Amino acid sequence: MLRKMRSLGLGWGAFLMSMAARAQESKYNLPTPESTVAHQIYDLHILIMWVCVAIFVVVFGVMFYSILKHRKSLGHKAAHFHENTQIEIIWTVIPFAILIAMAIPASKTILNMRDASNPDMTVKVVAYQWKWEYEYPAEGIKFLSNLATPRDQIEGTAPKGDHYLLEVDNPLVVPVGKKVRLLLTANDVIHSWAVQAFGIKQDAIPGFIKDTWFKADKPGTYRGQCSELCGKDHGFMPIVVEVKTQEDYDKWVAAQKAKNAAVTMDPNKTYSLAEMKAHGEKVYATNCAACHQPTGAGMPPVFPALTGSAVVTGPKAGHIDIVMNGGKKNPAMVAWAKTLSDVDIAAVITYERNALGNATGEVIQPAEIKALRK
Amino acid sequence: MEATHAHGQDHAHDHGHGHPTGLMRWVTTTNHKDIGTLYLWFSFIMLLSGGTLALLIRAELFEPGMQIMRPEFFNQLTTMHGLIMVFGAIMPAFVGFANWQVPMMIGAPDMAFPRMNNWSFWLLPVAASLLIGSFFVPGGASAGGWTMYAPLFLQGGISNDMTIFAVHILGISSIMGAINIVTTILNLRAPGMTLMKMPLFVWTWLITAYLLIAVMPVLAGAVTMLLTDRHFGTSFFNAAGGGDPVMFQHIFWFFGHPEVYIMILPAFGIISQIIPTFSRKPLFGYASMVYATSSIAILSFMVWAHHMFTVGLPTAAQLFFMYATMLIAIPTGVKVFNWIATMWKGSMTFETPMLFAIAFVCLFTIGGFSGLVLAITPVDIQLQDTYYVVAHFHYVLVSGALFSIFAGVYFWLPKWTGHMYDEKLGKLHFWLSTIFFNVLFFPMHFLGLAGMPRRIPDYALQFADWNKVASIGAFGFGLSQLILLVVVLKCIKGGVKAEGRAWEGADSLEWTHLPSPAPYHTFETPPTVN
Amino acid sequence: MSDHQGGGYYLPSPSGWPIVGSTALALFACGMVLWANSLPGGWLVLAGLGVLFYMMFGWFGKVIAESESGKYNAQVDRSFRWGMSWFIFSEVMFFAAFFGALFYARILSVPWLGEGDTHDMLWSGFKAAWPTAGPLGAKMIAPMAEAGKGEFAPMAALGVPALNTLILLTSGVTLTIAHWGLKKGNRGQLIFWLALTVALGVSFLYFQATEYHEAYTKMGLTLGAGIYGSTFFMLTGFHGFHVTIGTIMLLVILIRCMKGHFKPDQHFAFEAVSWYWHFVDVVWLGLFVFVYWL
Ligand code: HEA
Ligand code: HEA
Ligand code: HEC
Ligand code: CUA
Ligand SMILES: [Cu+2]
Repeated sequence: MLRKMRSLGLGWGAFLMSMAARAQESKYNLPTPESTVAHQIYDLHILIMWVCVAIFVVVFGVMFYSILKHRKSLGHKAAHFHENTQIEIIWTVIPFAILIAMAIPASKTILNMRDASNPDMTVKVVAYQWKWEYEYPAEGIKFLSNLATPRDQIEGTAPKGDHYLLEVDNPLVVPVGKKVRLLLTANDVIHSWAVQAFGIKQDAIPGFIKDTWFKADKPGTYRGQCSELCGKDHGFMPIVVEVKTQEDYDKWVAAQKAKNAAVTMDPNKTYSLAEMKAHGEKVYATNCAACHQPTGAGMPPVFPALTGSAVVTGPKAGHIDIVMNGGKKNPAMVAWAKTLSDVDIAAVITYERNALGNATGEVIQPAEIKALRK
Repeated sequence: MEATHAHGQDHAHDHGHGHPTGLMRWVTTTNHKDIGTLYLWFSFIMLLSGGTLALLIRAELFEPGMQIMRPEFFNQLTTMHGLIMVFGAIMPAFVGFANWQVPMMIGAPDMAFPRMNNWSFWLLPVAASLLIGSFFVPGGASAGGWTMYAPLFLQGGISNDMTIFAVHILGISSIMGAINIVTTILNLRAPGMTLMKMPLFVWTWLITAYLLIAVMPVLAGAVTMLLTDRHFGTSFFNAAGGGDPVMFQHIFWFFGHPEVYIMILPAFGIISQIIPTFSRKPLFGYASMVYATSSIAILSFMVWAHHMFTVGLPTAAQLFFMYATMLIAIPTGVKVFNWIATMWKGSMTFETPMLFAIAFVCLFTIGGFSGLVLAITPVDIQLQDTYYVVAHFHYVLVSGALFSIFAGVYFWLPKWTGHMYDEKLGKLHFWLSTIFFNVLFFPMHFLGLAGMPRRIPDYALQFADWNKVASIGAFGFGLSQLILLVVVLKCIKGGVKAEGRAWEGADSLEWTHLPSPAPYHTFETPPTVN
Repeated sequence: MSDHQGGGYYLPSPSGWPIVGSTALALFACGMVLWANSLPGGWLVLAGLGVLFYMMFGWFGKVIAESESGKYNAQVDRSFRWGMSWFIFSEVMFFAAFFGALFYARILSVPWLGEGDTHDMLWSGFKAAWPTAGPLGAKMIAPMAEAGKGEFAPMAALGVPALNTLILLTSGVTLTIAHWGLKKGNRGQLIFWLALTVALGVSFLYFQATEYHEAYTKMGLTLGAGIYGSTFFMLTGFHGFHVTIGTIMLLVILIRCMKGHFKPDQHFAFEAVSWYWHFVDVVWLGLFVFVYWL
């Protein structure tokens, strides 16, 4: 029965899909499932949808028959019955039976999807307003994943690319056929990590670790979006997962490690103003510009302007404090000490104090930040 | 919607003793009909306001890319649209119906507490001003969704505090209104009007009022915790202090799920008055309707976490809430079947109220079915926070709650104004609404399945076609509502005189015992019901 | 002004008091919004409360006058009973929200913070136990409480809370004795025991105030003391607020009794207040058990 439903569903899905003009992505139905759980969910949905359609047709078939036949304009005289215990029992019991039939496969799927035991690998996912951070504890790899669609595509001054709003600079990369366990948390507000092709959607709750898992059937690029309202750029924090063969995955890991080693700036060195400013500009663009704006104008009253800000132009201790430890009044300004390195923090503070319309001439060195960490 | 006649028909002993006139009449009134009228007009204004926000949303979503607004403003629109529609348009409309109809249907002289009744209404403009006014404060209106989830709602400016206090005031208003309705129904029924003889509309409101009294205080508690977390250093929703952001969701949805039935049970009541009337046949399964309504109300307290299947609940909780949610399909199904059995072998005519009632049964069921799909936890995990959910709740709220309100307005306008409305315009309103409604919301099922998240101002290209269709539907649907305004104003001004029993098949007290328009004071001496 | 009889059911004529009440709440809400955000205009809170008291005085005064002039029949009396019962039920649900938060934190969220991945990856070092200010609670208290220096002591059940339990339970008894006096038509008994009830209410509030003072100045127990401080103060605070209202209502009733209002067989206002008082009493028992004791 289930199998039949499934083929029926796939047939219907394929028919609809063939109507889709632009992309291979779905337009009418759940996207093609690419993991065991996603398959189960897909079938479950098709099954329940058709059961509902069937009930609908029967029930409203009766209603419209009555509407057509039992109308006054045809001279139909009203009957006067208003009770029938037998039929009332029937239409209570039959739906109950149907519901039980639905609940059984649903329960099985739940038990399966919640079983995160014995993973092949684990990735920690931290959500920020408005980007994702992926950390591979076993490999020592950690990076941020930001929206890669350029602003002018969004504003309509450039033609939109194929993966408009669904592309990132650094995707999550995993090997095919391996059970990947995700440990999710968030730094500021609730976000939700969702990739339909894998049948996953899991909220990332600040202060708690929640887990989920997936096992991708075949290599490819899979896309999703943050699925919990998380502030102004909620619509602009996509998720991209690249599933590679084990071989390619291993190559990627090696490359990442090499890149990390190359890029890391030495936290013990003393840097010049220009060096810190240049690095700070990058840190600012990826981490701070979302709220304080690329120009530093902010969005008062919620996100303060940094240009001419008393904190930024005042004594550096106060500036370092709010960046490292976060806002006292508004938790949106998070404690960056947890996510950024000493070099990054020193650089972004130096940048803020010497750009965005400010010019204090001060250079903050990584060592100062290091000293403040306990 | 009864502005013209009221004073002329007053009773002798109630004349000329300095009853206020003009504006002050409406401000100080203790008459259930006046207050019902106020509620209905208020609700209509809110429908236009909330609808205008929705049209702005649909305009931005007409095509991909950011065209007419910034993302933060979009979020404000979504949030305020939800809050205004739920608390400003739908709920007050049903209270308006209750005010007009409950006393007339049970043979009572008025509501039990007429002065408190006035206060319940006059708190609404205060709350609405706080909500709408928040668009004009620095930082703009609340932008955390109508669900006000912590910690997002802890961020943001003073508009969030305005929203919190608006919710408090709305809560006070609803609780007082509900106490009034419960007391009226329990204590002011005419002799012989036993509980099991009450029209179903009265029954559904009795149960709705219980729901209101039970859950509005819980919402007040939830937003109070938000307030103290925002300003007074508490840690209810902050893990660092031992709290939990998810706790807010539990408290909110303990209110929120019964709330959605608060918005549909009175609709069931209205439909249960209309279908028998135009089928000229008594309601099928009256007793089972009452039991079904009660079961829905009781079950509604046990299903709240179906809004939280993706937060990482323990597996056992997911299973429990899935089963409990699915169960609600049974009593709701009983209602649908009873309505159809009422039509069966009737002698039906299809005036506008009946048309809306039929559309209600059909389209609400589609919404119910998509609800059932969402109740299946694994499927919900794919669909949570996508447009599938948006499609679901607009099917139950717009073609459910709102259509029942339209049906009720057409049904009782003759009783309220003493005139028949313009049937041609009414039918036009019906057909345009029904067609555009489906153009507007049906494609959202596809969008949701295909993965378009809700509450986003811009979207990927594969969603472009259906969004365009939906936006076209939205403008069609929105403009069609102006017809309703015209119909109502015309009907107040004049038209064919309505008889006491304006509809052939109508048999509740307001039709059988009162002239149209209903006199300002009804049932000074209680009627006897046999 | 004329009032309207609906089959013997008293229907009041138009009234200006509700709109006064709405104005009061509008002022109050605006004032609170401004005050909470440290903007000028906080005085509106007081203005709102002032207008609210004016309204209650006028509105209830009118109800009392109507009642005393015999306009209410038995059916109206029944309406009042239904109304008051459901009002109290709504209050129960309001407290239920906060009790729910307490149970949720104690049974679910605090243990979660202390176990599994959440503990190991985010809050290692945190030991889940009740009472707690949460993983970072101590840091959060520091700016608020000087005396506690980042630590707080929970409120012990013995001592003031136990005393207050005794006081409230006693007040329930004295109120009942007063009620018997009213039913027997014994004014002396009524007034004496009612006055005693008021006095007990006031002393409860006095002790609670000292307890709060102690908490803030000596124990580091503030609203900012994590989830324990939050639930403690919100629950006991809202309860104390209800005791205050109850005491004021008792006082009003006392004055009315002294004026000779109420009849042995018709005294709903008295009963309403005593219901309310017993409700406040029961909430306290819940608080005593779940907040202070367990
Ligand atoms: C009037 C309002 C209303 C009503 C009546 C309902 C009715 C139902 N709702 Fe809905 N719901 C909302 C308003 C409403 N809902 C809103 C506003 C939201 C979103 C809130 C937000 O996040 O902003 C929501 C969200 C929502 C979710 C969460 C989705 C998510 O965010 O992931 C779920 C999940 O279970 C759900 C389920 C249901 C179910 C099972 C019913 C059932 O009551 C439906 C029962 C009816 C039927 C099933 C049809 C008739 C029955 C038959 C003909 C009998 C035969 C049938 C069978 C045997 C199948 N609803
Ligand atoms: C309760 C009832 C209710 C009603 C009736 C409606 C009605 C409509 N809603 Fe809904 N909606 C909600 C409740 C409701 N909504 C809720 C609770 C949410 C969730 C909010 C959240 O996510 O937090 C939501 C969210 C929501 C979204 C998702 C937004 C997002 O996720 O970003 C959309 C998008 O299309 C939408 C559209 C519409 C439209 C087009 C209508 C139409 O039916 C409106 C029709 C229009 C009119 C009736 C206006 C008529 C006005 C004119 C013709 C102009 C004349 C003007 C003057 C005279 C001043 N709504
Ligand atoms: C999610 C939004 C957000 C992001 C991202 C963000 N900030 Fe902030 N920032 C805020 C908010 C909100 C405040 C106000 C905090 C308060 O007053 O409690 C703030 C305040 C500040 C201030 C103090 C300004 C003043 O005048 O008070 C500085 C300096 C600052 N941020 C620097 C940064 C730096 C550096 C980064 C990136 C590494 C950053 N911010 C990223 C939201 C953000
Ligand atoms: Cu992150 Cu939405
Ligand atoms: Cu629900």
